[in-house]
Amino acid sequence: MQKIGVFVCWCGSNIAATVDVKAVAEAVKHEPGVVYSFDYQYMCSEGGQSKIRQAILDYGLTGIVVCSCSPRMHEQTFRKAAASAGLNPYMVEIANIREHCSWIHKNKDEATEKAIILARTAIAKLNLNKPLVAGESSVTKRALVIGGGIAGIQSALDIAEAGYEVDIVEKSPTIGGRMAQLDKTFPTLDCAACILTPKMVDAASSDKINLYTYSEIEAVSGFVGNFSVKIRKKARSIKTELCSGCGVCTEKCPSKKAKSEFNMGLCNRTAIYIPFAQAIPNVPVIDREQCIKFKTGKCGLCQKSCPAGAIDFTQQDEVVERQYGAIVVATGFKPISLENFDEFSYSLSPDVVTSLEFERIMNAAGPTKGQLLRPSDNTHPHTIVFVQCVGSRDTSGCGKPYCSKICCMYTAKHAMLVREKYPDTEVHVFYIDVRTPGKNFDEFYRRAVEEYGVNYIKGMVGKIAEKNGKLMVQGSDLLANEQIVIEADMVVLATAIEPDETAKSLATMLTASIDTNNFFTEAHPKLRPVESPTAGVYLSGVCQGPKDIPETVAQATAAAAKVIGLLSKDKLLSNPCVAGSDEMLCNGCSGCEKVCPYGAISYIDKEFKAAGKVEVRRVAKVNEAICQGCGACTVTCPSGAMDLKGFTNRQIMAEVDAICR
Amino acid sequence: MPIKKSKNGEFKPLIVAFCCNWCSYAGADLAGTSRLSYPAEVKIIRVPCSCRVNPMFVLRAFQRGADGVIICGCHPGDCHYSTGNYYARRRMTLLFSMLDYLGIERGRTKVEWVSAAEGVKFSTVMNEFSKTIHDLGENKKLGDLRCKEFLD
Repeated sequence: MQKIGVFVCWCGSNIAATVDVKAVAEAVKHEPGVVYSFDYQYMCSEGGQSKIRQAILDYGLTGIVVCSCSPRMHEQTFRKAAASAGLNPYMVEIANIREHCSWIHKNKDEATEKAIILARTAIAKLNLNKPLVAGESSVTKRALVIGGGIAGIQSALDIAEAGYEVDIVEKSPTIGGRMAQLDKTFPTLDCAACILTPKMVDAASSDKINLYTYSEIEAVSGFVGNFSVKIRKKARSIKTELCSGCGVCTEKCPSKKAKSEFNMGLCNRTAIYIPFAQAIPNVPVIDREQCIKFKTGKCGLCQKSCPAGAIDFTQQDEVVERQYGAIVVATGFKPISLENFDEFSYSLSPDVVTSLEFERIMNAAGPTKGQLLRPSDNTHPHTIVFVQCVGSRDTSGCGKPYCSKICCMYTAKHAMLVREKYPDTEVHVFYIDVRTPGKNFDEFYRRAVEEYGVNYIKGMVGKIAEKNGKLMVQGSDLLANEQIVIEADMVVLATAIEPDETAKSLATMLTASIDTNNFFTEAHPKLRPVESPTAGVYLSGVCQGPKDIPETVAQATAAAAKVIGLLSKDKLLSNPCVAGSDEMLCNGCSGCEKVCPYGAISYIDKEFKAAGKVEVRRVAKVNEAICQGCGACTVTCPSGAMDLKGFTNRQIMAEVDAICR
Repeated sequence: MPIKKSKNGEFKPLIVAFCCNWCSYAGADLAGTSRLSYPAEVKIIRVPCSCRVNPMFVLRAFQRGADGVIICGCHPGDCHYSTGNYYARRRMTLLFSMLDYLGIERGRTKVEWVSAAEGVKFSTVMNEFSKTIHDLGENKKLGDLRCKEFLD
């Protein structure tokens, strides 16, 4: 028989305002096994924890139930408190009477009744708990960073700084990501390339960092400390070790019709190409869909002209398997497709561009060499209209319900840059709200309005139509309460951003969760913002939610700190709530082996002595280091031999009984 | 047997919700943090994964007088353990059709996907499920199987 102590937390007034905590503490006294109950204002505080420790010692408790907030919040806290008083940490159960009770019910009688039921459910389960001991597993002292943008680069640099090896896997031919495409960065207006490229060079030259560019993640298996990852190195058709990056091949290539991805399709590139001048590695790649040699078998001009003999048309994709202790996801973002927004004439007029395209137009290394020219006729636009929230904060279903966060600031930046370089240009900005929460952000926006004379119009744009080479922008001015039409030469759409298209499949491979917008979910929105709920997987940058460069870098460094903390350990404690098979009941049917997603179950032939006879039977054996404790096998087992520690059939059944009593 | 009447004599159903630890339990936490209410008759049992829900648990709940059982897991493709929710979906499809045959109406059983970010969905799902159970009334048919009149 257990000796159970029940501790009911008030959580200040969070619980006590809607749940009669004294009544709960009183009611549970009569539950089986309960020898002590107690209520306290803040059970998680040092005062509360010391009361728990004291009660464990005074009453010789064999288990405790804490009626408090969600176990996702403080289960670890109370397990530690119990352990410090000599109790097995798995003899602690939490009754969630805050998130699942006091915060959602208003009627005090109802909430108190429910809290009592939840408490007795936890008690019923605890009566069947057994002490569990966590196993140990080793840690592979190498980290994987997925994505080579500023987030990935920063995380990798910080991890390498601490002395651990890091691999960066980047799907495009170069690292640098979105930031490499930008012209200037707000609110300081320093040039993106000037601050990014030194970091790219640092990453490439670090002896701790290994770059896998033009590579993709193919499969991920294993668990925290021991991930095994298959990386597909796509065929560049170039022998990287021979190539000097001279660029002769790109000059000779006769296939010049492919749209340049780096320049957002505003100009063309050759079939063999280096995305941009500062690309790292500075090695070209052949786009096999565009290459004449691959399409017709004739050509090969690049091969003939290459002084190093580095071109290799026969190169194949290569899949390598590497081991890692921790994984950082830094897959970044892309602008959304504007196919649902016909009213802005994006597909009809080349002079309606997205902000990222505008960024390339303004960039000195861009298609217009930094001159502000309309894409349609290469003339200088005299009136530019910026439209904010294109697809952001859109609950109609066409766009995204969230705020993309960066658009207000980069639109102010664009407007300011245009006015600075071309003071003869009229600049109008349509906005719903201007959001500038950041250091020096509001000052920056005010400068755009006050010093640079940018005309901000509160209202939405209803329609953009082309007329006589001009763009007629129809919108509403909410402050003047009138409909207006602006005759513009160029329109820039502050397009919403969304997670990269690889995020979803990657989340599945990593078993990390994503939200309805495909952003990776953090383990706790406030207290564990850089960890995914999957142990050993960390989040860096926009893959977790829209953010600007300073925030991205901060999160990247935070994720790196978490990785370093993990890799600095020699052993990790594993979750003891794993499956186990009762060999006396197992009939060797293989059902459990088939449903196990981790391959943790194998079969052994074992000798059993029964009634003087020795028989050999085939029985299931769980590898506890591999089992993650999902419980799929326990339900499949027809003989009831398989059970999950910490969540046994009897325990859950007891919970059901306690609720339905 | 649990008391199914509130003080003013209204039918107060008993609903057992199995929630997976990674998505739906966190979704329920978020509903709580966001103060999104749903009826107190919903009681949540935490399981590591929706695939941990043994059909026995559902049967047991009905046997002990539950009026409705709902199982919540991660969205298909998002399972923390990759494939657990697919097993849950298939098992429960079979179980629910058998329960329907036994006289436990389809409306009393449900599988729903709620992610950790969907506090609003969790509360909506629970409100709707509870309303369905209210409309169906007490789960009497199985009560008959238990020879309730002899127990009273």
